[in-house]
Amino acid sequence: MSQTATPYLEMSQAIMEAGGEALKKCYQCGTCTGTCPWTPITDFNIRKLVRYGQLGLDGIEEFMWGCSTCRFCVERCPRGVELIDIVTAIRNVYSGGGMLPQSLRTFVGSLAARGNPWSGDPEKRNDWAGDKHPLYTPDKEYLFWTCCTVCYDPRNIRLAKATAELLNLSGLSWGIPSVDVNCCGESLKKVGDQELFERLKSKNLDYFKSQGVTKIITGSPHCLATFNNDYGIDYEVVHISELMAEWVKSGKIVPKKDFGGLKITYHDPCYLGRHSKVFDAPREVLKSLPGVEFVEMERNSEESMCCGGGGGGLWMEKAKGERLSDLRIEEAMGTGATVLATACPYCITMFEDSSRTLNVDNQIQIKDLTELLLESLEISIDEPVVDTCAL
Amino acid sequence: MSRIGVFVCHCGLNIAKTVRVSELAQFAATLPDVVVAKDYKFMCSTPGQEMIANDIKEHRLDRVIVTACSPLMHEQTFRKVLAGSGLNQYLLTIVNIREQVSWVTHDIEEGTSKAKALLNGAVARARLLAPLTSRVIDVNPDVLVVGGGIAGIQASLELANAGKKVYLVEKNSTIGGHMAQFDKTFPTLDCSACILTPKMDAVLQHKNITLMTYCEVSEVKGFVGNFDITIKQKARYVDHDKCNACLACTEKCPGKGISEWDEGLVKRKAIYIPFPQAVPQKPIIDRDACTFFLKGKCRLCEKVCEQKAIDFEQQDTFTTVKVGAVIVATGYDLMDTRGLIQYGYGKYPGVYNALEVERLFNSAGPTGGKVTLRDGREPQAIAIFHCIGSRDKNNYEHCSRVCCMYSLKFAHLFKEKTSADVYQFYIDMRAAGKGYEEFYNRIIEEDVKFIRGKGARVAASAEEPGRLIVEAEDTITGKFIKLPVDMVVLSPAMKPRSDYKDIARLFNLSTDKHGFFMERHPKLAPLSTMSEGIFIAGVCQSPKDIPDTVAQAYGAAAEALTIVVKDKLELEATTAMVNPASRCACQNCVRVCPYGAPFFNEQKGVSEINEALCKGCGLCASVCPTGAIIARHFTNDQVLAEMEGLMEF
Repeated sequence: MSQTATPYLEMSQAIMEAGGEALKKCYQCGTCTGTCPWTPITDFNIRKLVRYGQLGLDGIEEFMWGCSTCRFCVERCPRGVELIDIVTAIRNVYSGGGMLPQSLRTFVGSLAARGNPWSGDPEKRNDWAGDKHPLYTPDKEYLFWTCCTVCYDPRNIRLAKATAELLNLSGLSWGIPSVDVNCCGESLKKVGDQELFERLKSKNLDYFKSQGVTKIITGSPHCLATFNNDYGIDYEVVHISELMAEWVKSGKIVPKKDFGGLKITYHDPCYLGRHSKVFDAPREVLKSLPGVEFVEMERNSEESMCCGGGGGGLWMEKAKGERLSDLRIEEAMGTGATVLATACPYCITMFEDSSRTLNVDNQIQIKDLTELLLESLEISIDEPVVDTCAL
Repeated sequence: MSRIGVFVCHCGLNIAKTVRVSELAQFAATLPDVVVAKDYKFMCSTPGQEMIANDIKEHRLDRVIVTACSPLMHEQTFRKVLAGSGLNQYLLTIVNIREQVSWVTHDIEEGTSKAKALLNGAVARARLLAPLTSRVIDVNPDVLVVGGGIAGIQASLELANAGKKVYLVEKNSTIGGHMAQFDKTFPTLDCSACILTPKMDAVLQHKNITLMTYCEVSEVKGFVGNFDITIKQKARYVDHDKCNACLACTEKCPGKGISEWDEGLVKRKAIYIPFPQAVPQKPIIDRDACTFFLKGKCRLCEKVCEQKAIDFEQQDTFTTVKVGAVIVATGYDLMDTRGLIQYGYGKYPGVYNALEVERLFNSAGPTGGKVTLRDGREPQAIAIFHCIGSRDKNNYEHCSRVCCMYSLKFAHLFKEKTSADVYQFYIDMRAAGKGYEEFYNRIIEEDVKFIRGKGARVAASAEEPGRLIVEAEDTITGKFIKLPVDMVVLSPAMKPRSDYKDIARLFNLSTDKHGFFMERHPKLAPLSTMSEGIFIAGVCQSPKDIPDTVAQAYGAAAEALTIVVKDKLELEATTAMVNPASRCACQNCVRVCPYGAPFFNEQKGVSEINEALCKGCGLCASVCPTGAIIARHFTNDQVLAEMEGLMEF
């Protein structure tokens, strides 16, 4: 194969115009690649992606899907390069030319046609709630923003239910959105479909405006980050883990069940931790559970590993040996924990899959913080867990 | 009626590109009292100056306006033209249409229009200017040098050899600075102590140098030529006049302090000299480590001292010295890398910073010059990380300039003293000094491995307890490097001394965003500051190596000499004065003046101004409610006329 290449600066210009301005700042030191969780296990090389972008070289499309937007490189970059913006811009420029991988087509297609990534019927968005939980109306204080994943994915519906139960117990005035809303669009933006993202966003904003929404509670850190960073409007957005920590601290909710020495470790979701800087609240909740021994994995907090589900990764196939969620489960088990707690529906999905494919689901359980806190109150949601893969 | 000449400079295309200069000259000719207006390519050139001189004579000009670059550049040039033509130099006005007009727009319409407005204002003001007489003051011939590192040492020796009396103030108990901590110096690998200690000793012996160690400047008063500096002598608890440096006390002392000299790698006594060649070679007591000060009993040092030099009652003392100029050479600290958790400094014992490694190599260091780890092992593999906190927007954006070279030096010394494999993790190799590239080549040939990729992470090895795993990308192959090593050396950013704010406040220096002292001009006045008579040298200005530091020290000494060789100094006449007819006592002026020039005369019951201290900034005049203060050259009439002229546009 020839190694001759000619810089194609029009392409580089197009990437910069699509939001990848930061291309210019990079001096190719390799801190990003050295930090990137994918480097040790796949061919994906984030520095090369930037380099190809700087010169507009052919072949960039081969490896532009490797990034899960975990933000580890951005935090470490000595040049302040917003690498996620570059990845998003490159995907935007190239997927406009029909370069979207097969596995992402269903996901994007479903968002275009149904406003959610799970091919769910928009009318059934709130079916999980039955008649049990209130719709948001302008007289309510908080909108509990239900991520599409907790509305449609059978495993993650438990998160919606647990959160709703806790909100009821907290005495807050709250409600869920009507079926007029759609996906927040976070993952879609990261796979590069800016146009459709804007459409989804504007529909949600219309809903927020029509209902006079000012305060939003999210269960998914992805919705949290995108409302805060990409919606351009100053809502008070809070993640449920922050509220839970407050309730536990103030005594509004008092965990009572004794877990009898249960060893729990916690995985920081990238979009809650590095993207939104919420590190302590989830830990405070776990540490408040009676009889729980909380242990940290070596890579935690700002150094946390990625589950691989961000940036469209949730919908992409990865070969065995190239799955971050597998490594993370192994790291969790290495601490002796029998519960891996987290606070993100994407992480839940990735870890549930991995624990089954690794055949360790009888050794380590994957739990959301909301599920654990509810369990500590000895309240059951009483729903059989349906396999995620059934979808 | 005055007779004004206006001279518009093109500055090549610097001005002419965005200001229509001939149109500006024609415009000037239409203004009141302007009798001649010309434009010329380079007004600062000899023909340009001659043109002005000729026109002064030919047109009997009594005011000159030069429309050109900033007055910082050529005000003095054109003042001399006026003086040479028999005009008072303060009848010159400079209109800055380069920095304030042509360099800040691409639009020739805007540029021309703003230039006209500024010129219109200048003409209105020039008509009201009055001749002024410069002040002449006496100059104190002595110099203060702050900081006893290689920069301060070299500057002091130069001044002293030139016959000037120097006060060298050092806050530690010895001079020598960081250079005294090094074992070898790049690129020649000569022994640092061998070239430094003779200079340290020369400072001690020199009859013109008053060495003031363990001292700090606590107050600065006065102005160029006449500074009054108050210096605090911190209590040493040892009377150095009595001490004969037998050091019996240091042997008996049971106290344990952390050796700053050895970068905290080992302990030292509570009564100590930092290192064998310390200057002066007399001990001090570290209160925080001394058993007597901590527990109320011990006094072993006192018992063994035959000279009766120990004095637990000693207090800090203050002395004031008078000097004509000051050189600030306060040096640097290394960035604390504990905050960069990915490198594990402070967490893994195998991770060192550069100064600690300097001490490991040094035969007077904690290991006697043997390279052994904190657990006593000799390292088998060593990784050196460049650019830790330097060239990093999250920390220090600057290149620290010396790290590439000392990292090469480290590699050489590691190869010499151990059998370890040595890896350099670098972003760009910078070897731009005399003999530096050659040194780089030499180290490459010593089979040091160069990995082009910034060190990303240091972790504990799971397989081999006690060893470390270094992670980085080799950007040349694109491979992710996972390398087991025993030792990681971080080359941290150089930053100003932690007390830079105090120094800046004392000497009225400005700093850049990280605290390095600002020079007056980055190219043409790198050692001067915006404070007259205060000069800077060495790393306190920006990171640099020993050759550059020494060169700056020579330069700063020469700069200081230009002041203190003269008996008298001419000062700007543009100062403020209080109208003697006024009875002004509100003291607003006393409160706002940054130079302490106005004072309240208790006897007369009025405010007055010490013109020797006044810099002519005009703050006092602007806050004077009765208009009693006259800022010479910027009187209310002059400033208002200029503003009206500006606003006509």
